Amino acid sequence: MTKASFDGAQTLVKCLEAQGIEYMFGIPGGATIPIFDALVTTGTKIKFVLTRHEQSATHMADGYARATGRPAAVLVTSGPGATNTVTGIMTAHIDSVPMIVVCGQAVTHMLGKDAFQEADIYGMTMPIVKHSYLIRDTNHIPRIVREAVHIATTGRPGPVLIDVPKDISMAPFQGDLEAPMELPGYHPEAAAPDPATIRAIGDALQRAHKPVILIGHGVIISDACAAIRALAEKIHAPVTSTLLGKGGFPESHVLSLGMLGMHGTAYANKAVVEADLILNFGSRFDDRILGVPARFGRDAVKIHVDIDPGEIGKMVKPEIVCLGDARQVAEALLKAVGRPDTAAWIKEINALKKDFPLHYRRTGGLKMQHIIEELYTLTGGKAVVATDVGQHQMWTAQYWKVDRRNDWLSSGGAGTMGFGLPAAIGAQFGRPKDLVVSFSGDGGFQMTMPDFATACNHKLPIKAIVLNNSYLGMVRQWQELFYADRKSGVDLEGNPDFAKIAEAYGALGLRIKRAADVRKVLTRALEYDRGPCIIDVQVHKEQNVFPMVPAGKALEDMILEPRPRRGRPPVAAQKK
Amino acid sequence: MQNNCTHTLSVVVANKPGVLARIAHVFARRGFNIDSLVVSSSMEGNVSRMTITALGDPSNLGQIIEQVKKLVDVIHCTDHTGEDVVVKEMALVKVHAGPAARTEVLQVADHFGAESVDMTETSMILMVVGDTDMIEAMLKLLTKFKIVELCRTGKVLMARGELPT
Repeated sequence: MTKASFDGAQTLVKCLEAQGIEYMFGIPGGATIPIFDALVTTGTKIKFVLTRHEQSATHMADGYARATGRPAAVLVTSGPGATNTVTGIMTAHIDSVPMIVVCGQAVTHMLGKDAFQEADIYGMTMPIVKHSYLIRDTNHIPRIVREAVHIATTGRPGPVLIDVPKDISMAPFQGDLEAPMELPGYHPEAAAPDPATIRAIGDALQRAHKPVILIGHGVIISDACAAIRALAEKIHAPVTSTLLGKGGFPESHVLSLGMLGMHGTAYANKAVVEADLILNFGSRFDDRILGVPARFGRDAVKIHVDIDPGEIGKMVKPEIVCLGDARQVAEALLKAVGRPDTAAWIKEINALKKDFPLHYRRTGGLKMQHIIEELYTLTGGKAVVATDVGQHQMWTAQYWKVDRRNDWLSSGGAGTMGFGLPAAIGAQFGRPKDLVVSFSGDGGFQMTMPDFATACNHKLPIKAIVLNNSYLGMVRQWQELFYADRKSGVDLEGNPDFAKIAEAYGALGLRIKRAADVRKVLTRALEYDRGPCIIDVQVHKEQNVFPMVPAGKALEDMILEPRPRRGRPPVAAQKK
Repeated sequence: MQNNCTHTLSVVVANKPGVLARIAHVFARRGFNIDSLVVSSSMEGNVSRMTITALGDPSNLGQIIEQVKKLVDVIHCTDHTGEDVVVKEMALVKVHAGPAARTEVLQVADHFGAESVDMTETSMILMVVGDTDMIEAMLKLLTKFKIVELCRTGKVLMARGELPT
């Protein structure tokens, strides 16, 4: 096929292919039929995966990108097809995940005239995309696709939407396939770290007695992991991570504090409260880790390393700012730092770990933590883990120690229920040889459950674990703790038998009801490789996640222990 | 507690559809009210200049500038509040003024360097160009006559001397 005979749709597909897009997830419709036809007529290498819902398509592209570091595309039709992607675009945007979303659109001359399946998706997604396009000329396609992929993947990554009217995809292409980008306002290249700032950070570290390194998603995006590890080991500082920073530093490492924040480990939160220096790499000081912004690290020198100037001072006013790529800064810093004496601090940290460990009672019903720990043991932690959102997500974050970057997929900023299963599906496409597990609650799982069919179609051997307490458990927990246990809208009465759901799709369905069966059933699931399976785990109904920093409270106000019986207030942690 | 004050920003943007909507989103989301907005073409093709006057909490303004700068089509964005700049605006004022009031209205106009650009039996339109304070002062004097309509362009701004805007 020569360029002369391309139409817009074929040009679009060939350009996406040329930009390295390997997978496209979505559902066709009237406005995208030409593009779907082009998937056939161009003989493209792009693999299209038909999903059952457009939201799932976006989460699959998201999971693929988080697990591989490469963007995938989403291809949906106009109107409701496009609006169904909004949740997934917002999820990717707030978590800085690259994604190309291609939407079909009504023909150009009908725009603004309420044509059938016309939705102004370009307008409605403006606040939740890194950038977006409404193509007005078929000959612009190569430049726009090149720009879109470049914008999505460079600097702080994010989703880019391309809205393609049907007449644009049907018109003959007469332009230049090699048309260059025109982005006078976009300069994502991080400047080399400023040597004076690096020296200032080095000096501050040298003076510090109680430093803590805080890592966020930026460490994973920039692959600063090796440099951060070398830095932590050199200055002998403990490392804590945000929910999205998990995997940026090996959590099985002796210097790891695990996750901090609202449901972080007690020792991470206590360490941050006690610290005299907090060195933040690529975290945006999200409210879930700060507690009360004004009280976060009050007595500490706060250093913020970020590629996005818009994040500096947004939540926390740092004493030292270093704009740049986390990896470049960490590498520069590694050469500039000495070896401060932190022996007493590390001793204190180790005592905190010993005195305030993560713990749960193994008696009195099957606990979510038990399942997570057991699977971690059985797999040696070597798996890509996707979570949904809620209690199980926090327990998975606490108990599943992530050692490698891109092995942890969780919707952080958005907290999008329904994310886990499709994200795992996307991850398995991107990493066919790796074990992929999703942990979901029974609430979130049902939000995107129809896409279990997609996993079945492609015989993806994902292990979909449903930690089923028949509640929207996190909301129930808040109602119990802060609303006098007035349960409202949280009882998921009417749940299906999730194992039978798997069987209905011709897949393997397993069930765990007793602690004694956990190892046996999980082993069976791990051995099964002919397709996906669902493991319906019926867990204790009213367990609460601790530690917990209540909303609007500071980290030192963390609640450690479940209250002993109803009617008594929770025991607040004593500040040391 | 909000401590609102007025800021004047100069934004240079790639002249592409949607760029104004993206910028407006950033202001609206953070509770800034845009008082005036002037969009005009610049000397370079494909590049437009916006002068935005907005009222809001100054502690939010730094964030707004950073978020505006992050927009792909924004080439640069500067806050000129408190800098050495020329700021001017133009106003058209339609005053209800019959023959008896004309002389006094024209005296006011003359004092402020305004020009009479339309005159009927019952009304006059004055055109005035200048600083916002000066225009406000003129409007104050004209209120004793009936101001029927008022149309202001909003501020345009340019840095003095060699400084770029």
